[in-house]
Amino acid sequence: MTLAPALPREAAAPGSAAGAARTARRRAALHWVAVHALAIAAALFFVLPFVFVFLTSVMTDHQALTSDLWPTHWQWSNFAKVWNTPGFLTWWRNTLLYAAGGTALTVASSLPVAYALAKFRFRGRNLALMAVVSMMMLPPQVTIIPMYLFWAKQLHLTGSLWPLVIPMVFGDAFSIFLLRQFLLTIPRENIEAARIDGCGELRTLLRVVLPMAKPAVAAVALFQFFYCWNDYFGPQIYASENPGAWTLSYGLESFKGAHHTNWNLTMAATLLVMAPVIVLFFFAQRAFVEGVTLTGVKG
Amino acid sequence: MALVTSPVPPALRAKRRRERVRTLAFLSPWLVGFGFFFLYPLVSTVYFSFMSYDGFLPPSFSGLQNWDFVFTKYPPFWTGLANTLWLVVVMVGLRVVFGLGIGMLITKVKTGAGFFRTAFYLPYLAPPVAATMAFAFLLNPGTGPVNHLLGELGLPQPGWFNDPSWSKPALTLLAMWGIGDLMVIFMAALLDVPREQYEAAELDGASAFQRFRYVTLPNISPIVMFAVVTGVIQTMQYYTQAIVAGKVASGVIGGSGQQFDPGYPSGSTWTLPQMVYNLGFQHYDYGSACVVAVVLFALSMAFTSLLLRRRSGFLAED
Repeated sequence: MTLAPALPREAAAPGSAAGAARTARRRAALHWVAVHALAIAAALFFVLPFVFVFLTSVMTDHQALTSDLWPTHWQWSNFAKVWNTPGFLTWWRNTLLYAAGGTALTVASSLPVAYALAKFRFRGRNLALMAVVSMMMLPPQVTIIPMYLFWAKQLHLTGSLWPLVIPMVFGDAFSIFLLRQFLLTIPRENIEAARIDGCGELRTLLRVVLPMAKPAVAAVALFQFFYCWNDYFGPQIYASENPGAWTLSYGLESFKGAHHTNWNLTMAATLLVMAPVIVLFFFAQRAFVEGVTLTGVKG
Repeated sequence: MALVTSPVPPALRAKRRRERVRTLAFLSPWLVGFGFFFLYPLVSTVYFSFMSYDGFLPPSFSGLQNWDFVFTKYPPFWTGLANTLWLVVVMVGLRVVFGLGIGMLITKVKTGAGFFRTAFYLPYLAPPVAATMAFAFLLNPGTGPVNHLLGELGLPQPGWFNDPSWSKPALTLLAMWGIGDLMVIFMAALLDVPREQYEAAELDGASAFQRFRYVTLPNISPIVMFAVVTGVIQTMQYYTQAIVAGKVASGVIGGSGQQFDPGYPSGSTWTLPQMVYNLGFQHYDYGSACVVAVVLFALSMAFTSLLLRRRSGFLAED
């Protein structure tokens, strides 16, 4: 309650002073009520979809066909049923491997590039930076046809997630950009000091810069993990021909196809796909919000 | 020898050479990536836009035929552009206004601020496919809770994802649900506005609206610009939500087997990226797909250059 300090705790103040204080207090209270009423209304808009999805996910097959809002019989076994659907575990494993591997590769390959762009002086640096931003803003569909033809006809790697993982060895534009924005804020003196101590560039990066850039590295890792977890277009193009290589985001949709009108099972599956991301968020809330801020507000 | 007349001492030259090698070494992974995953496919996309290619017979040069087809004989192209324009104006506009509103609200909330911030932010994290499935359920005209509640209140019950005139508003609603990214960005910007300016305005007797108009807006206008431009660029890429919503609402989803032509209902959710997918990977007309890809590229880069021009905000030096 931070309301208290705003209100003068007067009692004996004489005449008009007390009246003015009372009006001020009433206005502050009204303002408080208005703001919080709005906040509650907004919270309903953001939270109710989750609630309805959850309530439907525990309904019986029969009740899920009605427009009932509240489950009469809580059928928790829906979650087990989804979990045991053939393929679901495979998609889960694929997604986890893709997301974890992709995240590790992206961070490792993007950090040196970001460091060079932030701290080295060289001709063409601005041009390189503009190239990074252009790459970051490029819709993936623009280059998909030559890329698909390359992976399908030259390397015969379609039907797997390799066409999505291998490019991550070569840095990711968004991660480079975000890391670079953060590395700019590291004082030059710290880096100079390490150099004077005889550290090579790579050692400077790993021993001095990396520890200072932990929040940004955490944010980039999270973003990349989420990106892989959420990616739909990539698996659709490269993995659709082989259900054994599908990810959760791609498989979820076919799940709906197989369980036509069973909204209860579909919503249970939807929640199972959302859950890990949301759990991860609660563990790494600060890093995440810092990262979002970093993408937009700088300079 | 140039070495003798050079004003630069050899030691310095050696140092510079070392630095150049070092820079190149640090940049090398990305330089390979940039060449191979950006420049090469870009050139190749332009090349294929002049070729007739179905993925089986070898590509053959066809001049402007694909371009002529897409621009004059393929009405869905214009439908897709019109939808994109709609999304740019309405979806991006509403998202920026709503994001700013939610950002302002959250800076004023005193009690339970942590709870509200998390609640407002969480939907942004929902994976797009899952969020779209959830909304396809919530808004389904038959048994969806939203229409159920609207019915109880005696309000009209739209067909949402099944009605061509309601499908884009439904997608807009979904986009506003995931406002978390803009909320955080606006929140940070609003907290950066100097307090003294508000106090000075209050002393001058400025109303709440005047304070917003003459203090808040000028201070955060670069962030508003940033939100608008990145919003437009994201809209150019709008794909997953539109295609998944169409598939779920139409009932045509059978994984890899069944063919679903995106845009359901009646092309109302049809966008340029889906066109590339549809032409290239469903109709095996790689040439025409590349024409659309080149158009998409030109549009995205036009807006990206807006971001790059405003160097102060985006490419700030240390």
